[in-house]
Amino acid sequence: MTKAVYSDLMRQLSERRFVFTGELEPVKTTNLHEVLEGAKALKGHVVAANVTDNPTAFAYMNALIPSYMIQKEVGLEAIYQMTTRDRNRIALTSDLLAAAAVGIKNVLALTGDHTTVGDNPQAKPVFDLDSATLVRLIRKMVDEGVDLNKNKIEDPPKFHVGIGANPNADPLEPEILKIERKVKIGAEFVQTQCVYDIERARRFVNATSYLNIPVLIGIAPFKSIAMMEWMVKYVPGIFVPDEIQQRLRKAKEKGGKEAVLQENIEIFGDLVKEVRKTTKADGVHLMAVGFEWIVPKVIEKSGIK
Amino acid sequence: MNHLIVMEQKPLEEIVRMLDGVNKVLIVGCNGCAGIYQVGGEKQAEIMKVLLEMARKLKDGKKLNAKAITVLRQCDLQIAVTTIQPLIDNYDAVLSMACGAGVQTLAEFFKNKIIVPANNTKFIGMQDRELGKFHELCSACGQCILFETEGICPITRCAKGLLNGPCGGQAKGKCEVGGWTKDCAWVLIYNRLKEKGHLDLFSKFREERDFRISQSPRELGGSEEKEKVQ
Repeated sequence: MTKAVYSDLMRQLSERRFVFTGELEPVKTTNLHEVLEGAKALKGHVVAANVTDNPTAFAYMNALIPSYMIQKEVGLEAIYQMTTRDRNRIALTSDLLAAAAVGIKNVLALTGDHTTVGDNPQAKPVFDLDSATLVRLIRKMVDEGVDLNKNKIEDPPKFHVGIGANPNADPLEPEILKIERKVKIGAEFVQTQCVYDIERARRFVNATSYLNIPVLIGIAPFKSIAMMEWMVKYVPGIFVPDEIQQRLRKAKEKGGKEAVLQENIEIFGDLVKEVRKTTKADGVHLMAVGFEWIVPKVIEKSGIK
Repeated sequence: MNHLIVMEQKPLEEIVRMLDGVNKVLIVGCNGCAGIYQVGGEKQAEIMKVLLEMARKLKDGKKLNAKAITVLRQCDLQIAVTTIQPLIDNYDAVLSMACGAGVQTLAEFFKNKIIVPANNTKFIGMQDRELGKFHELCSACGQCILFETEGICPITRCAKGLLNGPCGGQAKGKCEVGGWTKDCAWVLIYNRLKEKGHLDLFSKFREERDFRISQSPRELGGSEEKEKVQ
């Protein structure tokens, strides 16, 4: 492959290094402090961090400014997440131009959770594009220097475009075919939803291996027992093995909150190690929004340099 | 099974409020979709007359001068006007028991009358007679791809109207919208295409839609000259 490389993320992936990425979530605030502190905790441990775009359709601070600020203020590369829920192709094109202007190099193209599951469920959903046609928009901008309607762009952007995927999807086959669709139109890397079971991670990586696209397995430690229980109860398709649940509950009984976090480091450090050792995944995407400090500890526990 | 415009009657209080100050009202039922689904047909127009008269009496003890008639199809200007024209002079307002298209057909012609809609128009639907439930199946997008999707419309039946679904919001074939109770249209499409050995149609990448095609207000056919109704 002699494709151009614009970002550190893509450089490490093309060098076939095992890659770590993190995640930051700007919330409903005008203050960037939390995001920048989170970025500082991740810096040096992950190659880049995703900045979420109104996750689960909650109206938060837009993702572009924090993406820019973590690069500028902290020196942490951003993976600017973009959903098609809130903006039509005009607004997306416009934001992509702005993102390139301030040095964003990675974009994660997502459809986005439906407006009705968010904190302004009365809102009009957009979905002018979907994640696949957003990939196409980005490719056209980067490769041909035009927008979707072939209008020429001065100084075209240089982005790498990633996509999301769900190893928990049931049925799994359409999920894989969807990735195939997006690889064909030029998606360059995959970051997955969280997986708690090594078998699911392995099954997913094997199922996508024919597509030759780097896959980063999503791993999300639990900030608390309540968060774990919420995930198990309310997020369909998420499977948390009994062993993990019991170990965390036991930790809580013995040593409270602190012990739960310590046990997380053990559990997820081992899971990361397993992913590295027993699957052909290209890396791990660590999601610990609001307790980013745990990411370096999980990586350290995994023993991966 | 029928495929018609699905509507539901507005709450009576809302209709009464819209008719506040009106003393003479012509209630016009429609024997098209509204009649077939018994929302705004002959019987419902008659019932509406009785209800409105009672409501007026309860409110101020006065009598409402109301008459109920029903036309074959309110969305057909000629048919509607032919029936209503001879009566209209005696009334200040017309309560249309049809869909939004019927209401507007009357509003366009009887410009000096108060036009009141009795229904909320919901969608183009199909009725499951066994369960008495209506399902929205078509959103009249003007770019039908049902041939490629095994007769299941993703524009309408996928909550996001995706052309490249399913999205990450499906779990075990159910949709995140409405709390995983409704079917994910794209998983339905996948299952049928797989059964028929046509997964190539599933894997196919579909380019972004051209929304000009479904840009409202739409027109179709006819001549530029306005239809004349006598």
